Amino acid sequence: MSDTTASNSRSGETIRANPRSSALRAAGPWLLSAAALVALPFIFRSDTYLTVMSLMGIAIVFALSYNMMLGQTGMLSFGHAVYYGLGAYFVVHGMNWAIATRAPIPLPLMPLVGGIAGLGFAVIFGWLSTKRSGTTFSMISLGLAELVGSSSLILRTFFGGEEGITTNRTKLLRLTDWSFGSQFQMYYLIAAWCLISAVVMYALTRTPFGRMCNAVRENPERAQFVGYNPQVVRYIAFCLSGFFAGIAGALAGINFELANANLFGAAQSGTVLLATFIGGIGTFVGPVLGAVLVSYLQVMLSDITEVWQLYFGLMFIAVVMFAPGGLAGLVQMHAPVVRAGVIGRLMPSYLMAIVPALLLLLGVVMLIEMTVQLAVKQSEGPAMKLFGIGFNANQPWPWLLMVVLLASAYALFRLVSPRLSAAWDSARVTAAERGIVI
Amino acid sequence: MGRASSLPLNLWDGATGNWVVSFGTQHFLIKRRGNVLELVLISTLNGVLYGLLLFLMASGLTLIFSMMGVLNFAHASFYMLGAFVGYQISKWAGFWPGLIFAPLIVGGVGMLVERFGLRNVHKNGHVAELLFTFGLAFVMEELVQIVWGKAPVDYRVPALLDFSAFTIFSTNYPAYKLFMLAISLAIFVGLFAMLTRTRVGLIVQAALTHPNMVAHLGHNVPLIFMLVFGVGAGLAAIAGVIAGPALVTQSTMAGLLGPILFVIVVVGGLGSLSGALVASLLIGLLQTFAISSNVSMADLFSFSGFAPQPNTILNDLWRVSVAQIAPILPYLLLVLMLIFRPTGLMGNRES
Amino acid sequence: MSAPAALEIRGLKKSFGPAEIIRGVDLVVPKGERHAVIGPNGAGKSTLFNLISGLLVPTSGEVVLNGARISGRPAFEINRRGLSRSFQVTNIFPRMSVFENIRCGVLWSANQKYAFWRGVQSAAGVAERTEKVLDEIGLTDRREVLAGVLTYAEQRALEIGITVAGGAEVILLDEPTAGMSRHETDRAVGLIRRISEGRTLMIVEHDMGVVFGLADRISVLVYGEIVATGPPAEIRASAKVKEAYLGEEAHA
Repeated sequence: MSDTTASNSRSGETIRANPRSSALRAAGPWLLSAAALVALPFIFRSDTYLTVMSLMGIAIVFALSYNMMLGQTGMLSFGHAVYYGLGAYFVVHGMNWAIATRAPIPLPLMPLVGGIAGLGFAVIFGWLSTKRSGTTFSMISLGLAELVGSSSLILRTFFGGEEGITTNRTKLLRLTDWSFGSQFQMYYLIAAWCLISAVVMYALTRTPFGRMCNAVRENPERAQFVGYNPQVVRYIAFCLSGFFAGIAGALAGINFELANANLFGAAQSGTVLLATFIGGIGTFVGPVLGAVLVSYLQVMLSDITEVWQLYFGLMFIAVVMFAPGGLAGLVQMHAPVVRAGVIGRLMPSYLMAIVPALLLLLGVVMLIEMTVQLAVKQSEGPAMKLFGIGFNANQPWPWLLMVVLLASAYALFRLVSPRLSAAWDSARVTAAERGIVI
Repeated sequence: MGRASSLPLNLWDGATGNWVVSFGTQHFLIKRRGNVLELVLISTLNGVLYGLLLFLMASGLTLIFSMMGVLNFAHASFYMLGAFVGYQISKWAGFWPGLIFAPLIVGGVGMLVERFGLRNVHKNGHVAELLFTFGLAFVMEELVQIVWGKAPVDYRVPALLDFSAFTIFSTNYPAYKLFMLAISLAIFVGLFAMLTRTRVGLIVQAALTHPNMVAHLGHNVPLIFMLVFGVGAGLAAIAGVIAGPALVTQSTMAGLLGPILFVIVVVGGLGSLSGALVASLLIGLLQTFAISSNVSMADLFSFSGFAPQPNTILNDLWRVSVAQIAPILPYLLLVLMLIFRPTGLMGNRES
Repeated sequence: MSAPAALEIRGLKKSFGPAEIIRGVDLVVPKGERHAVIGPNGAGKSTLFNLISGLLVPTSGEVVLNGARISGRPAFEINRRGLSRSFQVTNIFPRMSVFENIRCGVLWSANQKYAFWRGVQSAAGVAERTEKVLDEIGLTDRREVLAGVLTYAEQRALEIGITVAGGAEVILLDEPTAGMSRHETDRAVGLIRRISEGRTLMIVEHDMGVVFGLADRISVLVYGEIVATGPPAEIRASAKVKEAYLGEEAHA
């Protein structure tokens, strides 16, 4: 299902046909991405945007590294933030050391320190945890994360206790007149590392090892009978994934000029899992989408609601239940219909489905926010504002409205869903008739 | 989501008056009086109690895993929910109705979760199921925070049991802890009897050893799954209700306990109930004994006169007391187990 | 039997708890032979294959491949030494393309190992060998399709393709034509005949037409023991075999 899998052999044919055009086609998306990364700060100029885009860049590297395990190799980890957090700690210590000893290491190279730290710990913990696969591996990953988290409270000298440790990124050797003090310059540092990491991680999927990762994900038993030890494949994937998680963590450490225990906490491990899965684990770009969306929502939602994490959780459950391919999976699902030129047939029922979807969203938001107003914000009284409308949460009519919204959403869904599936069937049939494989 | 920077170790707190354990993210302070025999007796009792509580949860987790193939990430969340629902009922109607109804309600919630959530995800495989329960744990913690807030709630020991059962040397052992012990033992014995003496138990046992067999038994599999999930959630809720008043009832309690449950299941051996029992008691005793000892390397080797430089990692390790490493002991045990016996104490199933 | 032995099985036994499934099997398969194993259901044919290929570890006895003992070694190592197998239940990589499936079978023997520093397309000979196998199993025009959506017969052919892609000298096929129509079976037999050219083949098969048409020699496995081994004509004539197993099937 991975797009890399499908496109690979296709481009294999074109290489023989016309090497130059295929090289261009392979490089094209990357050149476009690079151009977009360069241009973005000139479109979104404010410091807030620069901060958010920097966070997105870090999140992209982290999510891609996570998907090397989950999406490519089929390993579900609940403790990936360990390598992220350690990457941050080691880079901050490394920077402080470089500042203290005046070591001639410029800041742009520093993320490598985090990467090597992530790799080093992945070599140790990966050796332990890849002894088991499947569900046991997941449980072990959580246990090891707790081990590191708890140890950080004992090794206070290294981890700096509650406050963590700080650094100053402008005090390192400068090769140019950039000090990286501004968020603008910091953004470009992150963007460059993000692009490099993404290219390398993409290239990894197209190596013999990358292919065998997919094979081990699909069928570890069969992989043994083509000569591969699935445990070794998983171990290498774990180590490389730890390396890039370390890079991501190092970028975070440099960006915040701080490393603290939150960076390798369970919440951080959970967020990368959420982002990767919401974006879609079946494709290379899925985690990128997820990282961008989740970083954006984290900033935006936390401004407008106290319980943004609840919305996150609900969104995640909805994706697991109804769109296990994530956002990228939804897009991919429509690709054959678009190629067959029959996407138009789906539009009417999609437009119709928007109405109950909005009603449902509205109802759920009302239910949550009114409950929050009465329970969490008890002291502020029942007066609240939602979508600019003021009302009292202790009166019956908003609750009644909420129930009506949810009920009508349900009724409308029942009405629309047969039409939707009929439209889908007809579109698929036509696509199949036109020779497009679904 | 909380991290196990601390454990629900207030179990050893307060009532005995002998230890002052201020746990959490802060330093903890442990003062010990009394003699060694007293320490050993009390710690053993507390350790077994803690171990049996862990087993109440680990057994449900194991049952669900063995029969349905689902690792229920939200299992500790049902424990938390049990404590909060029990607390709410105790506020309205007293502790005892809470003890009866909270597990029933939470068990019902578990069945609904299975029927309307998990069952729909089943077709997408075990990873999707695990992710679903992961999302569920996330959402349940948030919901509990919305309804009951982030601060601990005042869940009280019932007046009937609020006295000291006996005194060993200078330690007054609270009656409520004996009650917890009795309930845990009763359920343990009940589970054992059910597994070995009843028809349902035989089916469960068949499922434990031959996970793919259940489907061929000709029973109503979806119904069995729903019941198993409900019973598992209910068992966790019982643990929550009886532990709630003795520990801290707070929305972080699931995040603190969940990882330890997983360690128990891995150390015991996946799908092995007896393994889970041994691992539960092992971890219960290990942590209880560790927490009551404030010896550090510095104390042990004080005669050597060695003292590491301050502000070094070596110094951190030299001065840390056994009590302070109690929170990481389960995870160290996990690491040792993976090195020396990757399949667990009594396990032989891979995943 | 002048050819040296490709596979030697000596006193092989396997028990699951108290149940002894393989009760002492001795068998020598010379290089280049097509050897069929037949027997009633539950005789232990698949278990025998699992023991040879390293999926299971024998309770006692040994398996020797080209003079080297392989029993007790992990499956991937046995595969690297030149013994490859297919499975009774189709065992492929479902969410990868047909091309990828075959290429996974080629990679190790093309000395790619766990290489993550070079592109899979730049690897010498890999693409050519993959194309050749695709051509052999007749799936060249299905190369882009995900293996999971192939028809059953195509999946069985694909699995044989994966099995031979690594260039193993000894091939074990476990009921390769089970569940196929007459026509599909004929095609599969043709394929098996082609791919086993110059190799040593061991095959478990229920279809007696296939067995007697394909095999140089046949072993009859009954309750974990080999009751007879010999050329098809001899097996067909053996009263002992008839009694133990063949019955009317031989005449069908």
